Amino acid sequence: MAAESGKIDPMHQFEVTPLGGGFNLGGHEILFTNSALWMVIAAIALGLFMWGGMRRQLIPGRWQVAVEGFTGFISSMMMANIGTEGRKYTPYVFSLFMFILFCNLLGMLPLGVLGLHPFTVTSHIAITGVLALISFAIVLVVGFWRHGLHFFSLFVPHGTPLPMIPIIAPIEFVSFMVRPFSLGLRLFVAMTAGHVLLKVLSGFVINGFNAETLWLGSIVSVLSFILMIGISALELLVAGIQAYVFALLTSLYINDAVNLH
Amino acid sequence: MPQIAQLTADNWYLASQLFWLLIVFAGIYVVIGRGMLPKIEATVDARDRKVADDLAAAKAAHAAADAIEESYRQQGDASRAAAQKAVTDAKDKAAKDAEKRLAKVDAELADKLAAAEADVASARSSAMAEIESVAAEAASELVAKLSGVKVAAADAKSAVKAVLHG
Repeated sequence: MAAESGKIDPMHQFEVTPLGGGFNLGGHEILFTNSALWMVIAAIALGLFMWGGMRRQLIPGRWQVAVEGFTGFISSMMMANIGTEGRKYTPYVFSLFMFILFCNLLGMLPLGVLGLHPFTVTSHIAITGVLALISFAIVLVVGFWRHGLHFFSLFVPHGTPLPMIPIIAPIEFVSFMVRPFSLGLRLFVAMTAGHVLLKVLSGFVINGFNAETLWLGSIVSVLSFILMIGISALELLVAGIQAYVFALLTSLYINDAVNLH
Repeated sequence: MPQIAQLTADNWYLASQLFWLLIVFAGIYVVIGRGMLPKIEATVDARDRKVADDLAAAKAAHAAADAIEESYRQQGDASRAAAQKAVTDAKDKAAKDAEKRLAKVDAELADKLAAAEADVASARSSAMAEIESVAAEAASELVAKLSGVKVAAADAKSAVKAVLHG
């Protein structure tokens, strides 16, 4: 396999390259990178998408229905998981969901055909980890703000027998503290794995046609290409699902903070 | 793996990544989450409210139409009953009038009949009396012719009366 992929490096797509615009911030050099570029592209695309749904007509057009579908999806999820108080957190969860969704989908664009390199922002754990930490920080702030020290009762599920508390509480505490890692890691791993798989398969397609025994290589290439089509469809699904899972888990964690158990 | 490398080593792009992420995400949160989302939600809410209001209005109008139809039917029923009553009253009155008139005519006819009968009876009795006197005269004349005896008129009359009335 290693021989077949040759000099095609499936990890190259994750590399961050500077595009210029460096300045110094607290001893760190801040550069405008391809990662930042794709974040900005995602933000602009998201802004354009939302702007198209801002016509506020009583009888909505197609675009407005699409935008209202997304907003309704998130606000009904917040309503179902948290209740009426969930409306306060809808802007954050909606921004999170749409940002992740657009980054995931933009990373899937077949711009390689044009010689450009799309960059999947969400395939970097630094990004997903920070987003997860923001969610976690909101949970902590809201929890301690609303419930004070009573928030620690989160670690004792309702109806736990008294002798079990010393055992249950540490387990609950660990599972609580693991949340930001699992939240960030899940998205990062799903994006990275999918993109690596696609690049490895496309490496097979290229190297297959370049092989010395062309008939065997062609079979490998065609099969890999067919597989790639299927995996690409699957990756589009994963892009949506992972954004949804991130938003859903964030809403559930906020529910813990708002309503305790 | 560049993703892990930026966390382990003191990598040049970790700071840029975080900086730009915070800038972009804060922008999205402020502009889209806080700015656009509430407006879109307000539009959806307004539409839901409008639909609910319109449905309620339609339901109220339906109920009102039902009530009007009901009152219309009641009015129809009432006026039909009134018309029927008027017809029966008129029929009753007409029948009573006819009866009264018939009774009056009957009474007049009975009076006339009685008068006529009385006339007939008086005529008959006067005729009878005439016959009696004529028969008495004839009898007295016959007696005088046959026997030369003069019978008194009163005697002849009583004799004739006895024969005639048995």
